[in-house]
Amino acid sequence: MNTSHLLFWFLTALSILSALMMVTSRNPVHSVLWLVLVFFSISGHYILLNAQFLAIVNMIVYAGAIMVLFLFVIMLMNTQSDAEPHHGNRMRLAGTLAGGSLLLVLVAALRESELRSLQVSAPEGNIGLVARLGSILFTDYVVPFELSSVLFLSAMVGAVMIGKRH
Amino acid sequence: MQFLSIDTGLFLEKLTMVAVVVFALLGIALYTTFAERKVAGFMQDRYGPNRAGPFGLLQPLADGVKLFFKEELIPLASNRVLFILGPFVAMFTALITGAVVPWGSELEVFGRKVSLTIANPDIGILYVFAVVSLGVFGIMIGGWASNNKFSLLAAIRGASQIISYELAMGLSLIALLMVTGTMSLCDIVQQQMTGSWGGLLGWNIFVQPLGFLIFLTCVFAECNRTPFDLPEAESELNMGYHQEYSSLKLGFFLFAEYVNMIVSSAVVSTLFFGGYDIPFVDEASLAVQIGANLTAILGTLMLLAKIVFFLFLFMWIRWTIPRFRYDQLMQLGWKKLLPLALANMLITGAVILLMNR
Amino acid sequence: MVQPLTNRAKQVDAKPLSFLERLYIPSILRGMAITFRHMFQKKATVQYPEEKRPFSPVFRGLHVLNRDEEGRERCTACGLCAVACPAEAITMEAAERQKGEEHLYREEKYAAKYEINMLRCIFCGLCEEACPKDAIYLSETFAPANFTRKGFIYGKPDLLIPDPVGEPEAYAQAQGPNEGRQPSSARTS
Repeated sequence: MNTSHLLFWFLTALSILSALMMVTSRNPVHSVLWLVLVFFSISGHYILLNAQFLAIVNMIVYAGAIMVLFLFVIMLMNTQSDAEPHHGNRMRLAGTLAGGSLLLVLVAALRESELRSLQVSAPEGNIGLVARLGSILFTDYVVPFELSSVLFLSAMVGAVMIGKRH
Repeated sequence: MQFLSIDTGLFLEKLTMVAVVVFALLGIALYTTFAERKVAGFMQDRYGPNRAGPFGLLQPLADGVKLFFKEELIPLASNRVLFILGPFVAMFTALITGAVVPWGSELEVFGRKVSLTIANPDIGILYVFAVVSLGVFGIMIGGWASNNKFSLLAAIRGASQIISYELAMGLSLIALLMVTGTMSLCDIVQQQMTGSWGGLLGWNIFVQPLGFLIFLTCVFAECNRTPFDLPEAESELNMGYHQEYSSLKLGFFLFAEYVNMIVSSAVVSTLFFGGYDIPFVDEASLAVQIGANLTAILGTLMLLAKIVFFLFLFMWIRWTIPRFRYDQLMQLGWKKLLPLALANMLITGAVILLMNR
Repeated sequence: MVQPLTNRAKQVDAKPLSFLERLYIPSILRGMAITFRHMFQKKATVQYPEEKRPFSPVFRGLHVLNRDEEGRERCTACGLCAVACPAEAITMEAAERQKGEEHLYREEKYAAKYEINMLRCIFCGLCEEACPKDAIYLSETFAPANFTRKGFIYGKPDLLIPDPVGEPEAYAQAQGPNEGRQPSSARTS
């Protein structure tokens, strides 16, 4: 067991714990903050895989921007428990069913895949470094890259159109 | 990425660097608060604090002691944990930005080369960017947990302001990155070392003047400094997001602002003003003459001088320009700086294409 | 059109801003030049305990109860000052002069107790004008800060001028530099 293993197990425990806390905490602001911690530990995993760019972008985009927007919206909402509509048993049943089937799919998918062959050789992989990632994105994957940017652009135009109203 | 065998020397070296940088940042921040009051005084034909010690030099200590002994209040209806967490997040994010700033070149101590940068990842700028975007959490958590309408409004203002100005900041940086071709702050400084007049003309300010202007404006907004200090607008929001805070927690918030200012000044000097590059002097020949260690120390002092200049600029602007209205702030961010940064990026790209042809 | 009183009036025009003005940067630089210039200008601050502001000769400050040239108190406790006081800051108690006290009090009646509440006093100087005996006048100092309200109620020991016979130096100092305006020297006997 070396230091990188130690860090891996620590980050794994941290991410699972904070993910659980995020789902179970009653206060939505707490949920958001636990989710931020999840993103942090996932960024830690990326760094262990020598994917610094992904790690930092994960932090900028998810923890820094999207979660701030989430927090923004939640703070503006009235989150008092008495103002919240009461969920009946039917809602709970539906939630359990949906979550259970998602778990079923995940477990089935994991059982099918061969995990042993997917062991990542951390020190050698340098695909996550900026230069390599850039050259791969703009050569091998240039079409999907451009397509996704067009998708984002159309989403942005759509958001502006909805926001304008008049 | 081999963690198995930790190099004890490296570990100790980095630990010392971290301690030195953290304490230096806090110490400079202490005296920046003093300098702010002095500069404010002098610009308003006053003397500023001059009673505690010679020239009032003990004033920051007196302020610290005062804050330390004030009553620690936690509002009854606040969210206790998050209320305490807020100032710590603000302080922590302010301090960890200093990790990637190259504070100097290399020192030779006991036969080993000690780099004066804590960490030099090849994504240095992005790291700074990420930490800055996390800095808003301190304001938001603190403002929301106070359970005060003013604090909440201030927190929301702060968050929307920082998100808005991050865009223009990022775009102005992209133009700079097109020129440098690297994201590592150390490499960017090394590139600026070369150029006529001892490296002065190699500074990125001469390559990206518009980018610098946009970046500087956004830095002011990110640090919540006048004219963008809307989260602390006394006339509308009393004290802003630290309305309910008292004692050391208030001190942490106020201090985090000053640490942020220092680190931002360091980043601006590194990106656009050659970092630890001494203008009109060729470092390599100087190192031959007076030794590498002395040159490195001189370089660090040069960086400090640049930081002090930018800190002065922060204060100078603060006591000159009145605060923006909120809609003006958003207009400037989204309708002026963002298109300007995009245009700057396009022009830079076109020029690079033409020059490579 | 109204005739301007001074030639400093500026004509306001609502012309749309030119491109240079809309850039905002030149005006920022101009503003910064102004603030920078002010850093080297003379400071308006008076460093109080070391350096004192000069008062005008007609300044109305802290009250002083006067003595005549033999060192006897002039006040006869007639109460005219208390009546004249618009802030009702003055109270006094009269007493009769006993045998053997002629060197202390000038007239047969004197003020056994004389108090001025400096928190109420508006330093208008009406007491000085009302006094028929030139016993009270306003000096060129102001009431120093105090921690309690009680500290601002000045009794006879605080108000009385030092004895010109017994302690001439202290008397001269209490009279202040602008001696000419003081009724004691200007209008005695």
